[in-house]
Amino acid sequence: MVIGMINVLIRIVLSPAVVEMFVADIRIKLKKGVADPEGKNTRKALELLGFSEVADVKTSKFFSIRLDAQDEASAKAAVDRICLALLANPVINEYSFELRREA
Amino acid sequence: MKPGEVKVCVLRIEGTNCETESFQAFERLGAKPEMVHLKQLLGQDVRDSERRNLMDYHILMIPGGFSSGDYVRAGAIFAARMKSKLAAPLAEYIREGRAVLGVCNGFQVLVEMGFLPGLEGVMSQTPDAVLTTNDSSRFECRPTLLKYENNYNCIFTHKIKSGQVLLIPSAHAEGKLLFPQDRADAIHKQLEDNDQIVFRYVSPDGDYAGYPWNPNGSPRNIAGICNPSGNVMGMMPHPERVFHRFTHPDWTRGFSSELGDGRVIFESVLESVTKRF
Repeated sequence: MVIGMINVLIRIVLSPAVVEMFVADIRIKLKKGVADPEGKNTRKALELLGFSEVADVKTSKFFSIRLDAQDEASAKAAVDRICLALLANPVINEYSFELRREA
Repeated sequence: MKPGEVKVCVLRIEGTNCETESFQAFERLGAKPEMVHLKQLLGQDVRDSERRNLMDYHILMIPGGFSSGDYVRAGAIFAARMKSKLAAPLAEYIREGRAVLGVCNGFQVLVEMGFLPGLEGVMSQTPDAVLTTNDSSRFECRPTLLKYENNYNCIFTHKIKSGQVLLIPSAHAEGKLLFPQDRADAIHKQLEDNDQIVFRYVSPDGDYAGYPWNPNGSPRNIAGICNPSGNVMGMMPHPERVFHRFTHPDWTRGFSSELGDGRVIFESVLESVTKRF
């Protein structure tokens, strides 16, 4: 029991793992060549409102995610996994993100 | 097995719809359906008495709706929640030849989970397809005509005559079935070779017509597909909404049968399951 507690304490003291908070600003876009009916419709509406200079509208989704990670590399890897697991469907989407340490 | 012994799990979470019609379709044909919340299968936030085991059912039906507000993408959140704990059991369920039907949002869930088209084994790690925004960029709610194109691989449709056209209503905003652009033709050929195409949208003349007969712009007019072994089917239109003839839009204009066009799908799967188990 006592030895176990000492072990835990040693591990905490020696642990190099300082967890930091990161923010990932993720953009999910439609791949080139995939139709964007929402963008097309928006362009049409803008044209009707008199914005004849608008040549094209593309829509995308934006997610801002705060996450704990030990360093930038592991934060980046986690965001990649998040995008592939849920946020983007690789059939039509491509994703990009900017990662920063939370101030 | 007798029809009365066939247990059907009609799965629901927040935002599913037509689960009552789906439940009743199976009940009217003498099966034993049960409305089950996903939490009961996951064993989360439920009493012990409310827990359910997927393997106790012969048919899993994922109904339509707008599960979890269709956030992220249609069906993506429902799929993610199922994947969290049920990916392996559901893959096993499918391998055993039990039946899985996804209608509308349910089809989207099966695609997002990687169970359809199922070309790389029972389940693919990332989706091989997507049901995305209709070309019209609108919610399309209209009767649609579906031509039966399967050659009896699919266990949900074997009672339909080859080439028969069924009237089954569509109601969706994301029903355009896309495959990866660089492989779309090859995948389509594979689907045809494997007899995985079940329904295509047609006009009253039987042509593969464009909008509005094809409500979403789905390439090659595909409305429903099954997996290679035929026991997982997804379709955008709602067969449970036309179980009776009197829910057809034209029912007052001379009909020869009391039966709605959607009924045959529930009859087919019940017959398949009773024969198999």
